[in-house]
Amino acid sequence: MSTALLDTWSIETRDLTKKFGDFTAVDRISFKVGKGEIFGFLGANGAGKTTAMRMLTGLLNPTSGSAFVAGYNIATDPESVKRNIGYMSQKFSLYQDLRVWENIEYYGGLYGMSLKEIREATGRMMEDLGMNAEKNVLVSELPLGWKQKLAFSIAIMHHPGIVFLDEPTGGVDPITRRQFWNMIYQTAREGITIFVTTHYMDEAEYCERVAIMVDGKIEAIGKTSELKSAYHAGSMDEVFYLLARGATRSE
Amino acid sequence: MTAFFLILKKEFRQIFRDPAILRLIFLMPVLQLIILPFAADYEVKNIKVGIIDLDHSDYSRSLITKFENSSYFKLAVYSSDHHQALKWLEKEEADLVIEIPPRFESTLIRENSATLQLVVNAVNGTKGNLGAAYTSGVIQQFNQEIRKDWFEFPRFNPEPFITVVPISLYNPYSDYQRFMVPGILAVLLTMTGGFLSALNIVKEKELGTIEQLNVSPIRKYQFILGKLVPFWLLGFVILTLGLVVSYVVHGIAPGTNIGNIYIFTALYLLAIVGFGLLLSNFTSTQQQAMMVAFFFMLIFILLSGLYTTIESMPPWAQKIAYINPLTYMVDAMRMVLLKGATLRDLLPHLRVIAAIGIVLNFLAIWTYHKRS
Amino acid sequence: MNQLKAFILKEIFHILRDRKTLLVLFGIPVAQIILFGFALSNEVKNTRLLVCDQAHDSYSALLTSRLDASRYFDVTGYTENPEKGLADLRAGTAHMVVVIPQDFAGKLDHGNEANIQLLTDGTNPNLAATIQLYVQAIVNDFRNDMYGKPDLPYEIGVSPRMLYNPQLKGSYTFVPGVMAMVLMIICTLMTSVSIVREKELGNMEMLLVSPMNPMTAIFSKAVPYLMLSLLLVTVILILSVTVLEVPIRGNILLLYLVSFVFIITSLSFGLAISTVTNSQQVAMLISLMGLMLPTLMFGGFMFPIENMPLPLQVVSNIVPAKWFYYSINDIMIKGLGLSAVYQRVLLLIGYSAVFLAISFRNFKIRLA
Repeated sequence: MSTALLDTWSIETRDLTKKFGDFTAVDRISFKVGKGEIFGFLGANGAGKTTAMRMLTGLLNPTSGSAFVAGYNIATDPESVKRNIGYMSQKFSLYQDLRVWENIEYYGGLYGMSLKEIREATGRMMEDLGMNAEKNVLVSELPLGWKQKLAFSIAIMHHPGIVFLDEPTGGVDPITRRQFWNMIYQTAREGITIFVTTHYMDEAEYCERVAIMVDGKIEAIGKTSELKSAYHAGSMDEVFYLLARGATRSE
Repeated sequence: MTAFFLILKKEFRQIFRDPAILRLIFLMPVLQLIILPFAADYEVKNIKVGIIDLDHSDYSRSLITKFENSSYFKLAVYSSDHHQALKWLEKEEADLVIEIPPRFESTLIRENSATLQLVVNAVNGTKGNLGAAYTSGVIQQFNQEIRKDWFEFPRFNPEPFITVVPISLYNPYSDYQRFMVPGILAVLLTMTGGFLSALNIVKEKELGTIEQLNVSPIRKYQFILGKLVPFWLLGFVILTLGLVVSYVVHGIAPGTNIGNIYIFTALYLLAIVGFGLLLSNFTSTQQQAMMVAFFFMLIFILLSGLYTTIESMPPWAQKIAYINPLTYMVDAMRMVLLKGATLRDLLPHLRVIAAIGIVLNFLAIWTYHKRS
Repeated sequence: MNQLKAFILKEIFHILRDRKTLLVLFGIPVAQIILFGFALSNEVKNTRLLVCDQAHDSYSALLTSRLDASRYFDVTGYTENPEKGLADLRAGTAHMVVVIPQDFAGKLDHGNEANIQLLTDGTNPNLAATIQLYVQAIVNDFRNDMYGKPDLPYEIGVSPRMLYNPQLKGSYTFVPGVMAMVLMIICTLMTSVSIVREKELGNMEMLLVSPMNPMTAIFSKAVPYLMLSLLLVTVILILSVTVLEVPIRGNILLLYLVSFVFIITSLSFGLAISTVTNSQQVAMLISLMGLMLPTLMFGGFMFPIENMPLPLQVVSNIVPAKWFYYSINDIMIKGLGLSAVYQRVLLLIGYSAVFLAISFRNFKIRLA
């Protein structure tokens, strides 16, 4: 899929920075994410994780530093980046006044899929989600958990190299959250890199590696087991508390 | 191509899904086009005349009959009390009051001239002015008749005279509705094209769905075209409905050149939808978009020549009028519907509207940022 | 009381935050005053005239220059071919064509009689009628200058007096109209939409579970708009007097009193709308269709009500803006007092009571 040089890394950033006037939202962050990895991006509200993600998805221009996503430079070639990623935003973004299959068709179209491909993908998706009966239902009538699962399936329907999930499980009940993570594992097994932001620390345990952001900087990065032993903590929750209590800003 | 086609499909689905909005899109223009021309009748007629007759002569009585028989006037109140005049005008029981002074008839005959008092409520300047002019006309006519009673008039007039023979074209019955209908139709097209397209995009902003679009690989021009085409097509439906209403309700028959208005509208809608898109790039909530659109609509309508002629405007206002796309649409609509204009007649307008359309759409694409 | 103050302040900040909307709110009356005051008039000026001179003698040249010299007409072309005149009228390059017949001077000097044809673009009937009046007047002057004014017996003179507006300014009609429209937009449209928005965002529930009386909350939403409205009335009045030179002949306190009553009427209508819907778009539509359009149509300042068909005239009587418009007109332009307007003011108070009753009833139902 990616023709570029950095074939082993899905995401690579070097001193990536975003300033809004005097305010430095993201402060020289550098990290790498491997192919097929589940990478957690943690931080309190206002720590800068959404800003970082918006830069990586090509929605925001970086102030300085560089980043390659799927082998493409986000500053010079954002449109190529967009062709190779999926995105599911924090704000719910399916059309409430369209039916389930109409939403699928539309988003498939946005990513340049052919009608035949879209039809096949729709059938598979309905089967996997167990939503065959709901295919013709307006999205506004679905329960929130179903909407989230549907939004995720749509975000990966064009087989991107990486999918970005911005706090995907906000407001969802524990059972649905469990199912949602099962879908994430399944997706990662298919070789798609998962980049997920969250502030649920129990979800951090599900990730292979995490980065913890505090005040725009990455304070810690590594496998969850490594971080726990490095900070002598029993859970990610404790690790996070140790790092984040010194934070000076929050939303 | 598939991508673009699917985007279009989605827009149409959303438009047709909400019955309230759909009703509004089609019903409102039709209702407005039916009712508004009846209301927007600026012809000065049915002027309420009050007469204070202090003479009670044959002449005063026949002058009153003259007003009663005139199609412009309605004899509203009559009195012999000099003090009534002001009261009538204050209470709007009369628009103008004619006072026939005591011994009017005998003065006229004895001294060869006499004067009538005319008091006009001029709060509405146009109406006051025309009312006074029409009153003078009736009195002059009355004057002629009196002279004729005394002389065989033309024979006693050896001096040369010039007659102006007026011929009014295109609107044989001087029907004000005929004049207003095409203009109102042009305004309605503008509202649907401009307003709805602006609100549509801003709604996606408010709901956050636009973000999902921005991270997708679709091109700016695909996005803009996807929003433009549905409202462009919708405009044609409204135009057709409007032409049917104009014919059925207002009796304006579409002539053989009716195709020309479709050609012109095709270009015009491009321009005005482009304006709506441009507007949506600078607003973030529907309330804001609506207020800003309202403001521009106001200027577009008032400076389009719909109500007052562009020639009567001061130079600065004329400059605005000449870059106002509605100016050309109103005029083109009138030219085709009332005068049966040919494509060649429309050519100058077509050129300008094409230029405006290119500029607006270029700006819309240019200022639409997929990223910040 | 402190609670109420806090709420009102919060609403004021809310309004001040949205700069674009605020700008438009002030922009609308200012633009209207300027446009109506300086750009729009029903005067006939610079009408494009094509002269079809078939005589080419000194008389026709003189008459043409007379027409050109008047500010009503601009001679934009000459032709001998009447067909060209018709083509120009259709294309809109000429509004009128004057056809001067062959041997014009000869016909006048020897035949004592000549006919001039005047072709007008009649699509706008008022314009065509006025053009005809003016051409007739110029031709009469021309004739009188050539041959002297005929001495006619039994002359009836008319001495006209233009009451209230001797310079026949268009601005006199629409200043009260602009006021009615702006008040309607702010009080009804903005108020209803902003209350419904709180409902949409779920803030209303928070108010309802708070110990505060919900009517107080609604009331505190209305107060800032009331203040904004009074401010805009003042801006409009200042602009009218200074820029447009429209006089305020009556009592200014009475003017504000009537405006205040009308503001209350519009606000209560906005409240009533906000209690029957939960969607911003619906609130916008009801305000626009249910109020703005009728206000424009039947307010009496845009369209002459006396020319409408009878059913529409009857309908116009239920539009509150009409009564406001007539009252302001009477006070400002005619300088009349309370006795002239009190009936209309009572009617407006009646409307307010009805709208408030509707809002209150709906609100109760919702709480139950």
